[in-house]
Amino acid sequence: MLDLYTPGTSMLHRMSPGPKMAALAIAATALFLQESLLVTALAVVAILALYRVANIPMKTALAQIRPLMWIFVIFFAVQWYFSGLTLAAYVVLRLAALILLASLVTLTTRASDMIDSMTRALRLFKPIGVNPDKVSLAISLALRFIPVLGRIATEVREAQKTRGLERSIIAVAMPLAIRAIKMADDVSDAIESRGYRS
Amino acid sequence: MTIKDIVYIALFVALTAALGLMPPIAFAGGALPPITAQSLGVMLAGSVLGAKRGGYALLLFVALVAMGFPLLSGGRGGFGVLLGTSGGFILAWPICAAVIGHLVHKNANANIWVTGGMIAFGGILVMYTLGIPWMAVVGKLGLDKSLAIMVAYIPGDLVKVVLATVIARGLRRAYPNI
Repeated sequence: MLDLYTPGTSMLHRMSPGPKMAALAIAATALFLQESLLVTALAVVAILALYRVANIPMKTALAQIRPLMWIFVIFFAVQWYFSGLTLAAYVVLRLAALILLASLVTLTTRASDMIDSMTRALRLFKPIGVNPDKVSLAISLALRFIPVLGRIATEVREAQKTRGLERSIIAVAMPLAIRAIKMADDVSDAIESRGYRS
Repeated sequence: MTIKDIVYIALFVALTAALGLMPPIAFAGGALPPITAQSLGVMLAGSVLGAKRGGYALLLFVALVAMGFPLLSGGRGGFGVLLGTSGGFILAWPICAAVIGHLVHKNANANIWVTGGMIAFGGILVMYTLGIPWMAVVGKLGLDKSLAIMVAYIPGDLVKVVLATVIARGLRRAYPNI
């Protein structure tokens, strides 16, 4: 599923997306402006406490930073070698704090609510030519197209297998690209023939 | 912007996301960060759609990532990734796509080497120029060390340039008026 949302009823879940994003932006900026290891470590503890408030298990919290583990290791090693242990710990902890905090916003906010908030916010940009409805249409289409592209890729690979070409990148990518464009043409014809006006 | 433009933009957002689902290629025995296919989406969006639509496609992609959709390779997403060490590269994507689109479409009749060169300029040079200083500041690494880390990515990015060039030219032949 394309949504990291973890259902819940906590205070953080009930907050509306706008203020949550604003709080995140302020907290992240503050984290960047301070340079103390102690404050950074306390921030990590405080953020983990917020995960408790939101009733999100520690396992989920750890899963947020696991894909970035190798980056942490490289940074820690490089910083330790060049600038000492304190700075290494500070840099890695600050990164971890940022990612945990941002993930907390994502984990407690439905993607659809986030899109709604963004569409509302985009109305402010209407005077400079942004059309919120068109942006929403593009987002919905994009999220729908991701699994469709996966399916087309599987079909093309199976077709090329009969020719023994399933390992050739170009022999798979080229028909895939052409079919994707054709699919997009069909979809836009379908939208227009149903009289979509925005 | 017509409906067709919007659908194409959505398609390349989806394509960039779908490329993130491909397993990353580990090299140097896993000693270096794995190379992902995702910046191929940036190169293709620019070279196929042109500056405006390609730039918008990646702008929308980055906005979706910022909103927390796990569209980056390894299922990453959310505001924190953009503030992290590789954030500069990701924020550079819309600019790179627009630069590639501008160059490739202005010289539509260029031969394959020139097209490849223009994609490499936008997809490697511009991206690194914006991403490396960001990495140096956020990771407190310093420019020289960041630069050294990024050298490892150049071979993989060159492979992506070749692929993008071949695919973009093929698509242009199949659909002359995308």
